[in-house]
Amino acid sequence: MSAAGFSPARIGAMLLRYLYLLRSSWPRALELLYWPAIQMVLWGFTSQFLMTNSSYVARAGGVMLAAVMLWDVMFRGQLGVSISFLEELWSRNLGHLFVTPLRPYEWMIALVTMSLIRIVIGVLPAMLLAIPLYHYSIFTLGLPLIAFFVLLLAMGWGLGLLIGALLFRQGLGAESLAWLAVFLLAPASAVYYPLSVLPLWLQYVAYVLPSAHVFEGMRAVMFEHVFRLDHFIAAVVLDLVYLGVGGVVFLYAFRGARRRGALLQTGE
Amino acid sequence: MRRVSDPVVEVSALTKRFGATLAVDGIDFAVGRGVTAALLGGNGAGKTTTLSMLLGLLLPTAGRVRVLGEDMLRHRYRVLPRMNFSSPYVDLPHRLTVRQNLTVYGRLYGVADLDARIETLARDLQIGDFLAMQTGKLSAGQKTRVALAKALLNAPALLLLDEPTASLDPDTADWVRGYLERYREESGATILLASHNMGEVERLCSEVMMMRRGRIVDRGSPRALIERYGRDTLEQVFLEIARAGGPAREAAQ
Repeated sequence: MSAAGFSPARIGAMLLRYLYLLRSSWPRALELLYWPAIQMVLWGFTSQFLMTNSSYVARAGGVMLAAVMLWDVMFRGQLGVSISFLEELWSRNLGHLFVTPLRPYEWMIALVTMSLIRIVIGVLPAMLLAIPLYHYSIFTLGLPLIAFFVLLLAMGWGLGLLIGALLFRQGLGAESLAWLAVFLLAPASAVYYPLSVLPLWLQYVAYVLPSAHVFEGMRAVMFEHVFRLDHFIAAVVLDLVYLGVGGVVFLYAFRGARRRGALLQTGE
Repeated sequence: MRRVSDPVVEVSALTKRFGATLAVDGIDFAVGRGVTAALLGGNGAGKTTTLSMLLGLLLPTAGRVRVLGEDMLRHRYRVLPRMNFSSPYVDLPHRLTVRQNLTVYGRLYGVADLDARIETLARDLQIGDFLAMQTGKLSAGQKTRVALAKALLNAPALLLLDEPTASLDPDTADWVRGYLERYREESGATILLASHNMGEVERLCSEVMMMRRGRIVDRGSPRALIERYGRDTLEQVFLEIARAGGPAREAAQ
């Protein structure tokens, strides 16, 4: 029996658990597809309207759709971590998990990997659906799309781990934050408008959000056909900070839960 | 602390404080290899808190825990693959089938030839008929047997059980006790259980530690305790100690 310090097999076991869960409930699987698709349809029509009524959108058709889809990558990235975490709270399973050799950092890796799987299942079909419906392919962004996708996903993971830490501390009393917290960052992320629209003080807030750099970079690609290296580097550095802080706070909260006895009791 | 040859569990000065509440108050005990021992006490006596610290789920405020020769505070991951745990109060995930739960936990423990192990346990514990059922849809007795199967997946050298037969009908409870006796005899494993059930403790355990308000107030074999208190049953001893009027041998600490 393995007691190795890092075990891909244990990470695989946790992924299997979450895939079993997903398979056991069609509403859960449907939920993955539902919201990204509805968002895309809603904003697709809005974009079509704005294309003929807004010079800003008309300059780069699809800018709203691209923003919606990429924002969903971040939101789903965070939610994917939080939902898998919540599954363990809902089933009061932490007491079983952490008497096995599973390390908390292996669980963290399983949570973020599951988040990636959920995004591929949920967001990719919406991206593909936009092509026949609105004649817009986000894939025309080319290589920068991969950078934007990874950067937003990493930010979502960092936030998901921070919310996980909060759930360790507060239990299911903080559950609603898992769904809502990321929207607090939406205004300053400048998803649908340029950073310059924000008041100066909020622009300073935006500069410490990787998402604001990504969306500014996305608009630069779409409007000016340039890849802004300054925004890219800023987002990479900030993402490393978010992931690092998220991971450390998560592990600290796990230790706090062991101190308080919350692993056996965490629920409502 | 009484010396135990070949100890599997060694606890010394173990203390757990939750704010102003002293849940476990500097207890010492040891459990030898191949022994079934019990922590006995009323609600809030500190039994589950002690088991949680042995499992590493709960960090002690002070004291030392050694399990299978390893310091649980520093090297718990060396020991966890060789121990396991079951409690009727900590269900396995309800939405997964029994087989899925056993597969996930078997993989977490790194059990070799897992499918064969699950089949063996399914046969021994008579759970084969509901391997494909969702765990949440099982009866209390079925859930207990499934929880036991999960606890035995890795053939643990140390098995910790929190009230292993709580909420079971007498027939199922008797069957579970018989199974635990056989498992200990055949594997040489050590079993430490927390229980309120005196009959169960008298039948299964050769060592009993009586707890009250976080302290071990007496200890010995069930027979020795009954004789020491001049009672007829362990239940009478338990009541005397739990009601705090008894001549609890705190010197046993």
